[in-house]
Amino acid sequence: MASVVPVKEKKLMDVKLGELPSWILMRDFTPKGTAGAFQRGYYRYHNKYVNVKRGGVAMVLAAYMLFNYCPCYKELKHQRLCKYH
Amino acid sequence: MNENLFTSFITPTMVGIPIVPLIIMFPSILFPSPSRLIDNRLVSIQQWLVRLTSKQMLSIHSHKGQTWALMLMSLILFIGSTNLLGLLPHSFTPTTQLSMNLGMAIPLWAGTVATGFRYKTKASLAHFLPQGTPSPLIPMLVIIETISLFIQPVALAVRLTANITAGHLLIHLIGGATLTLTSISTITAFITFTVLVLLTILEFAVALIQAYVFTLLVSLYLHDNT
Repeated sequence: MASVVPVKEKKLMDVKLGELPSWILMRDFTPKGTAGAFQRGYYRYHNKYVNVKRGGVAMVLAAYMLFNYCPCYKELKHQRLCKYH
Repeated sequence: MNENLFTSFITPTMVGIPIVPLIIMFPSILFPSPSRLIDNRLVSIQQWLVRLTSKQMLSIHSHKGQTWALMLMSLILFIGSTNLLGLLPHSFTPTTQLSMNLGMAIPLWAGTVATGFRYKTKASLAHFLPQGTPSPLIPMLVIIETISLFIQPVALAVRLTANITAGHLLIHLIGGATLTLTSISTITAFITFTVLVLLTILEFAVALIQAYVFTLLVSLYLHDNT
């Protein structure tokens, strides 16, 4: 189903489900494009939560802590509270 | 218990992929670059701290030494932030690895020595012999001064590694002891818990002090050689 606006220029929220594969394929996968995507994602988060007058990095640190729990899980599995270890 | 104690220092891997580069690069996103005249709270505080530290640290240097300002400031920010982030639960501190500290210490020290030899050869070589030594002692003293010069980078790296590792180990040990003591005798557990709180305050201080000492020593070696 072709739409009025070409798929290439739509943002992700406007793309219909059927057009999703063609939208993904047309993304810029060059190193410069990937770097641009990371930069845009970072600045979206930063300007929404950190760069405001009363913002902060507490959420970032909490996420970092949870992220670091994953590699440690294997060793911490033995420290669960059970009757028999 | 032995194996349990040192598992927090192994390089973290997630699904088989070592994520150490990600962890080393993480502190950089906590220091946003100032973009306006008056920024948000985080950036203003960081700007004020950086100005305070750089003025204090670079005041003793000559014009040539002050070209190292960027290097010294980024060094103290990196070591300080990495050490402080290592105090969060479950986190991995890259500065506990001797390999990384040697990688920081040896090039910086070699840079200061090379700068000294290149621009002020006679003065750098003169450092090997303190003033006013009696003549018979000269050969021995030159040997001793050479050894002390070559030990500088190793001492820098090992100092940082040992301090941070020892602090983390103590926290693990005393925390484990507190947990085990709660089921045996509550009062002893409370005393141990107080020790744990004091130790954590010490660790915060040590994290910052170690960064400061590392950078200060590098800047001192630089001052000798410019």
